Order: sequence, then C-alpha cells, then structure tokens
Amino acid sequence: MTEAIKSLLRRPEAGSILSLIGVVLFFVFFGGVDLGTLLGAASWVNFAANLGIVAIPVGLLMISGELDISIGALIPAGSMTTAILSGYYDLPIAVGMAGALAVGVAVGLVNGLLTIRTSVPSLIITLATLVAMQGLVLSGSVLLTGNASVAVTAPEWAKFLFGQLIGGSHQVIIVWWVVFAVIIGFVLHKTRYGNWLFAMGGDRVSARNAGIPTNRMTIALFVLSAVSATFVGMCQAILFNSAQVSGGMNFIFNAIVSVVVGGVLLTGGFGSVIGIFVGTITFAIVSQGIYFTQIDRNWSNLIIGVMLLTAVLMNQAFRELALSYWRGSKQSVPRAPIQH
Amino acid sequence: MSEKPAILELKNVNKSFGPIDVLHNISLQIRRGEVLCLLGDNGAGKSTLIKVLAGVHKPTSGEILMDGKTVSFDRPSAAQERGIATVHQFGGTFPLMSIGRSFFVGLEPTKGWGPFKIYDRKRANEIAVKAVRDFGITRIDDGDRLVGGLSGGERQSLAIARAVHFGARVLILDEPTAALGVKQAGHVLRIVNEAKRRGLAVVFITHQVMHAMAVGDHFAVLIRGAIAADFRKREKTREEITDLMAGGETMADLEAEIEHELHA
Repeated sequence: MTEAIKSLLRRPEAGSILSLIGVVLFFVFFGGVDLGTLLGAASWVNFAANLGIVAIPVGLLMISGELDISIGALIPAGSMTTAILSGYYDLPIAVGMAGALAVGVAVGLVNGLLTIRTSVPSLIITLATLVAMQGLVLSGSVLLTGNASVAVTAPEWAKFLFGQLIGGSHQVIIVWWVVFAVIIGFVLHKTRYGNWLFAMGGDRVSARNAGIPTNRMTIALFVLSAVSATFVGMCQAILFNSAQVSGGMNFIFNAIVSVVVGGVLLTGGFGSVIGIFVGTITFAIVSQGIYFTQIDRNWSNLIIGVMLLTAVLMNQAFRELALSYWRGSKQSVPRAPIQH
Repeated sequence: MSEKPAILELKNVNKSFGPIDVLHNISLQIRRGEVLCLLGDNGAGKSTLIKVLAGVHKPTSGEILMDGKTVSFDRPSAAQERGIATVHQFGGTFPLMSIGRSFFVGLEPTKGWGPFKIYDRKRANEIAVKAVRDFGITRIDDGDRLVGGLSGGERQSLAIARAVHFGARVLILDEPTAALGVKQAGHVLRIVNEAKRRGLAVVFITHQVMHAMAVGDHFAVLIRGAIAADFRKREKTREEITDLMAGGETMADLEAEIEHELHA
C-alpha cells in the first residue's frame, strides 16, 4: 500500500492530483459548497473542455522544450473564419469549418518552420504570430464584413457534432476533449513517438543524433496546437451562432497554468497527459467552481496564484523523489538483525 | 606495429574552416581490440578530429577508409550506420527518462500492429538492464528508474553499453572521465577495457595522461592540429607524454619560465 503511494508520488501527475484534492477540500470546508452540486455543475466542465483541448498540445510542446502562445489569437481566428465563410458569405458550413482548420495549419506551419529555421525562442516567434494574427483577424473582418462580430447559423448535423448542449447544459466539446486526451495520452505514453518527444525535451542534440526527426516532430506539434485552437474557436461559433474578433487571450495564461500545475516541466522532458488533464480540471474548478461557494469570486485569482506555486513546489519535490528513489533504494536492502 | 587489421583509417586528412586550418595531414589507424588514446591540450583539434570521424564534419582533403575501403559520411547518422558511435562527456542521456526508455531512444522495441503498435516497456527494460549489467554495473536492476538518479560513471557506462548493444564497432569516447572523481573514473576505465576485450576499436579522448596510460595501447598526441607523436604502449614515460602535450616544451622549461616571470 505505502509502496503504491510512493510509486504514485514519483509520477509527473502527482502534484496535480493533490492540488485538485486540496482545492475541492478547501471549497467544501471554507466555501461551504455542496460537493454534489459542484460535481454536477456544467459551467466548470464546459470551461475545462474548451481550455483542455488547447492545453494538451501546449503541454506536448512544453514537454518537447517549446512554447506556443499564438493560440490566444487562433481561437477567435477559428471562430471568425467559420462565421465569415459560412455566415457572411453563406457558404456550406463544411467550407467554414475547413477554412478554420486550414488557418490553424497555416499558422502552425509558420510557427514550426520559424522555430526550426531560426535560433529565436518559440516564445518570441509565437508572440509575434499572436499579435500579427490579432491584427489580421480584426482588419480582415472589418474589411470583408464591415463588422467585428459576425453571425452564423449551422445546420443540424454540425450543431449535433460541435455545438450541442448535452442535457441542455453540457457542451458536446467535452466529449471531444476526453477523446482527444485519450488518443494523445496513448500516443505520448504508449508509442515510440511519445518517447521521441521526451527525448527532444531532455536533450535535442542527442535526440537528433539518435535518429529522431526533431524538425518534423516540432512542426507537427505546432500545427497540432494551432489546429486545436482554431477547432475550439470553430466549435464556439457553431454553439453560439456568432463570432467576435476579441477573446481568447485568457486562454494563453490559463493553458500554461493548467499545464504547469499538471506537472509538466517548463524546460521540457517531463510530464504526462493525465497530469495536464487533471491540471485543467483543477484550474477550471478554482475559476468557475468559486461561484458555488460563499467565497467572493474576487478571491479566485489569489487562489490560483497560491495553487500554482504550491503545485510547482510539490512537482519539484516529487521530481527529486523520483530521481533519488535510486539512491534511497540502496538502503532498503535487508540488513542482518541486530543482536540484543 | 600491430598485425591487427585497421577498422578505420585516416590518410592525410586536412580540415579547414574558411581560411583557418584546424587539422593538418592527420594519418591514423584505429584497430579492432585496441584503445587509441588521443591526447592534446585544449584547442589542439581533438574535437574537430572526432567530429570528422563521427561524420559531423567532412574533411577538406584526405581520405577516410573503413575496412580498407574509402568512405564518406554526409551526416552523423551515416557514420552511426557504419558502426561508429560517439559518447560525449555527459553521456548524452536524458536525466528525466527511465533507463529503458533512454537506452532505446530512436530505436524503441514495439509490439502490436498498425496504429496500435505500442512501446514494449518490459522488453526494453530487460534488455537495457542486462546490457549494462554485462558491463559489470550490477547496481542497475530496474529499467523503470530515472537516468538522473545514476552517478556520472554509471551514466557513461549506460551510454557505452547502449552503443555496444546497437552494434558499434568503433567507439569514440569524448573525455569520458573529465568530470568524474577517481572512483567513478575507474568504473569507466574498466568498461573501456571490457569494450576492448569484446573486440571494439576504441578512440579515447582525454587530457588526463594517467587515465590514458591505464587503458591505451596506442597513443597519438595532437598539437595545433597536427600529430606531434604517435607511439605504442610503454614506448614513452608519463613525463615524456605530459611534456609532449604541453606543446613540446618540457615541464621543466615551463616551470623555469614561470619562476622567471615571478621574479621579474
């Protein structure tokens, strides 16, 4: 039993699981929240799903040693592309959807190619594409439609797949999030590609020397994160029947906090999809679950800040534990009983 | 000279970067079951020479022969495919990966089929642990443990065992003992001897004469990009080698010079 706990603590997601338990206990004891009401509420699950689909590829990039903040502009870019093509120009919704995803592929390729071709850190490259895409989306929308907000009506099948409210409250994107997490979790932890990713984040030069196509992997990861962001935007446009040029910037910090709370090492080489998943849930419960407590919601950012620090410190300690497990185990060799 | 055949041979190799000549007329033979110690001060061209051997740089002129046939390496992977493996000072391993996973990076064993081909953790761990234990590192018994928990010497040993497992015939060790304590260095030197016993050709780069003398069969001293001395085991004393590495000046001359400057 204790061995099972110890082995859990050595895993990357240990800190996020403890953070989640801590936050829920805090809300129950100090916020007077009813656990059943909290768990049954749709608001934080919807929030987590939208954030989670972006957080997973951002986490993968962080594991590989890169960062993508352009997602902040790509969420509105995805919803605006869908709305302009299928709403303003009245093209079939499939065209709008394909357009949104194509924007993601294009920006992801730019991010990836610039990262591998230059020595500029990807934080700076994606900061540039973030700002550039904001400008492009705003001016493009005003130029084409004369408006910063565009309406779109999706047909039944598209609503069903991307904009449905299950039980009248839970967005269908939750299903997409869970499926996405399971697939990426499988790839990261069970296939050789996952191993390549960890190796890239650990030491890129050694990884390349070991025959890993680091450049192709990096480009693929940037495309994945950009497409995930435009996918979320596309789903929002279909759900809300409209799209705005603003919004999305919060996703940058929210995704990074979720990923770091989830136990991914900022400098790469360590992390897990379960951790990112739980980190996202923890973040969503703090920022949305607070409405169910007696705690004034103005405190939520303070809680997030404290939780982030605590989680990072815990992750640090658990990583040390995982590393020193080796040395410690030497002492666990049974010794001769002491004679009295 | 030895009767053993040379696996790798350099013939009059020159390397220059633009107008700067780094290597002049290097001719060396690297034989099976032998340790060639490459000695030299900082900046003598040791690292350029191993990069030429490992396929990172192409020689400006001259020939590289493998098993007697001329070869040309366009990429490091081309040299690796021919069985030339380089192990760097820190082992080139991944501290936060498990022993099994880091051992098989890029060459992971898989089971299953199609899109469900999964990484075979159990097999990877078994093979990795066995490979390192065969080199005498018996403390390693669990392939799930993280590489970062190993000592510097054990990490080097893991990297060497990995290279040998994947069929290396020529092992280039770039200052493997430079950052290690006496005991850990002893570990690595034992493994160098084991690799030699298994018939590998080892190129051992160092500036620690004691470590070189402990395992070397053949020595080459590099000074300003040229081979200043090429000799066999027991042909020179430790003092002579140290003097050669200092650029031909004897240590006594150097001491006298420093003495003179101190008084001036």
